[in-house]
Amino acid sequence: MRFFEYESRALVDKAGIPVTRHGFAKTADEARRIAEQIGGPVVVKSQVLSGGRMKAGGVKFAATPEEAAHHAEHILDLEIGGHMPRGVLVDDRAPVKQEYYAGVVWDGIRKLPVMLCSDMGGIDIEEVAQRHPEHLASAHFSTLRPLGDWQAKQLIASLQISGSALNRLTPIVARLARLFVAYDLTLAEINPLGELQDGSFVALDAHIEMENEARPRQKAILHELGVGDEETRLAREPTAFELAGEQVDAQDHRGVAGNVTEFDGNLGLVIGAGGGSLTLFDAVRAHGGQPANYCEIGGNPSVRKTCGLAKLVLSKPGVDKIAVMMSIVSNTRVDIVARGVVKACLELGHDPAERIAIFRIPGAWEDEGFKILRRYGVEHADRSVSLHEAARRAVEKIQGSEPSLDGQGAPV
Amino acid sequence: MAILIDEDTTFIVQGITGREAVNLTRECLDYGKGAKIVAGVTPGRLGRDVHGVPVFDTVGQCVEHHGVPIDGSVVTVPPAFTKDAVFEALENGVKLIVIVTERIPRGDVAQMVELACERGARIIGPNCLGIIVPDVVKMGGIGGPARDAAKSYTPGPVGVISRSGGMTTEMSSTLTAAGLGQSTAVSIGGDAIIGSTYAELMPLFESDPATDAIVIYTEPGGRMESELAHYMISSGSRMPIVAFMAGRFMDEMPGMSFGHAGTIVEGREDTATEKIARLAEAGIVVAEEISEIPSLVQERLASGTAV
Repeated sequence: MRFFEYESRALVDKAGIPVTRHGFAKTADEARRIAEQIGGPVVVKSQVLSGGRMKAGGVKFAATPEEAAHHAEHILDLEIGGHMPRGVLVDDRAPVKQEYYAGVVWDGIRKLPVMLCSDMGGIDIEEVAQRHPEHLASAHFSTLRPLGDWQAKQLIASLQISGSALNRLTPIVARLARLFVAYDLTLAEINPLGELQDGSFVALDAHIEMENEARPRQKAILHELGVGDEETRLAREPTAFELAGEQVDAQDHRGVAGNVTEFDGNLGLVIGAGGGSLTLFDAVRAHGGQPANYCEIGGNPSVRKTCGLAKLVLSKPGVDKIAVMMSIVSNTRVDIVARGVVKACLELGHDPAERIAIFRIPGAWEDEGFKILRRYGVEHADRSVSLHEAARRAVEKIQGSEPSLDGQGAPV
Repeated sequence: MAILIDEDTTFIVQGITGREAVNLTRECLDYGKGAKIVAGVTPGRLGRDVHGVPVFDTVGQCVEHHGVPIDGSVVTVPPAFTKDAVFEALENGVKLIVIVTERIPRGDVAQMVELACERGARIIGPNCLGIIVPDVVKMGGIGGPARDAAKSYTPGPVGVISRSGGMTTEMSSTLTAAGLGQSTAVSIGGDAIIGSTYAELMPLFESDPATDAIVIYTEPGGRMESELAHYMISSGSRMPIVAFMAGRFMDEMPGMSFGHAGTIVEGREDTATEKIARLAEAGIVVAEEISEIPSLVQERLASGTAV
């Protein structure tokens, strides 16, 4: 989960890392007031969860509070990468002597976090890594033992940085690394980290992301920052259809019948589990099918949840049929899914044999499940029919029933 | 022969009185030659039993009851308690830990892996279904009830490694239907940091006389596939590998999350397209469909014997 810059700054500040004087504004008037308080030239920055703010015109320099208000008004209306800004950050334009970079990320191969430091800040760190590897230093560190300042010092010294810069940078990098561990972050970057004319250091921008799995135990800090439980912070905002999917899944705690993503095609998908859903979604598209949605069933959900998910998908405008498909199940029971999807059709006044293009879920309790499907005349398949073959049959049926297609199965 | 476990492997189930753990215990006891589940742990439930397996409050009590060190543990406790349960097992001498629990933050996983490393132990998972040696033993929910597992898994020469538990069974079942059995199938888990990656399991499969080829299930997210490609090139390994890549559609949707926690794409190397390219460079063939896997394996086995 990505934080806005103003939230990231609050986190960095909390860790004891100096930041420039700044304020968060939702209106041009507020921006003017903050600029007046700062006194002097400021930077007005769009608060949007998207890269490329500068290029898109979302970052402007202002010499006076009036100019700051003028820029804020423009930026507050500027969409960047499909997102409207949440506000603007008005930031002191500090006299920077040199720009550095400090960051912490996970290394999934070494299975340890890694501190990164560079004396070439202000540009994309991947570019520094490629073009000027001698200006980037990295050091893995243990999370079992407390991090020592010496580990940060050793990292910075390896860039031939000495004197007061070394001593001032050391606690900043060490504190960032401790912040990373304490708040279950997956990315913590200060870029640029500015060295001012007087030799002091200050964070000029910060990019922080927290692991979704850690949100329950990081509730206190999330509430302090004003991040709501409902905010997914994904590349795009959830649609009404996706939110309805979350409600279906939240009905009870047995298994999963949700993780819905909306697409604009005509073939409804009731699919699972994690890997099976990824495979089946690819398979439907490989056979020219246009999915109306992505979703996941797993962990043996209740009949009620499976029924709710199937109803949601069947009720989506433009969806005529659903394909109910999973990789071989060992925990989820075939009969429970069969009962859920048949019930969904009946409750909506549909003939299950008509609306369920194919049911391909082999595995636990399959005999019981197939019995139900036979009773309603639903086409079903066991493990002798591959995932791709099942997807092909579903696509064939939907294309036979609806020869003209508008949607392309593209993300909405 | 097999890797990681055999019919003599003793293990405990931590969180044994939970709904899924009770089922898992039954399944493992019933499958193959019958797993040697020597005890289970649920704090506060000392003195109970689950399908005849005695329940204790601590791992230490399990070891004391058993009399000699216990080889493994299947951990099925809620995410907030998993790290503590794994530390408890490691500090009581357990050397192989299968973590079933999902939604564990990476910071906890990293600590568990680090301590396991210091104790000379191995972790499989988290967010996995465990390990199966067809017709012999299974450790975890992999394949489901014994009767169902027997339909999907048969003994043979193919090692299976998969980031998806369900797809481990789907691929093995497809191999079985084509007359290709499995030496050992390992569900390694779908998270961004896991105890054992493809590359870390390869040396075990390479030294296993029962394994002649490997089939892997892969996904976008993380660098485990490039690590495997690098391992194959640098070690000069001649073990044939056939891969399947799911989630190719995710390349068109950066920043969105699908499937497992570990599929979140955090860098350029993480996309399906990049991974397929890296695997191909290392001589690893990537199947377009699951149903193509058996013939691709057979081709490689045949050319291997001709050399």
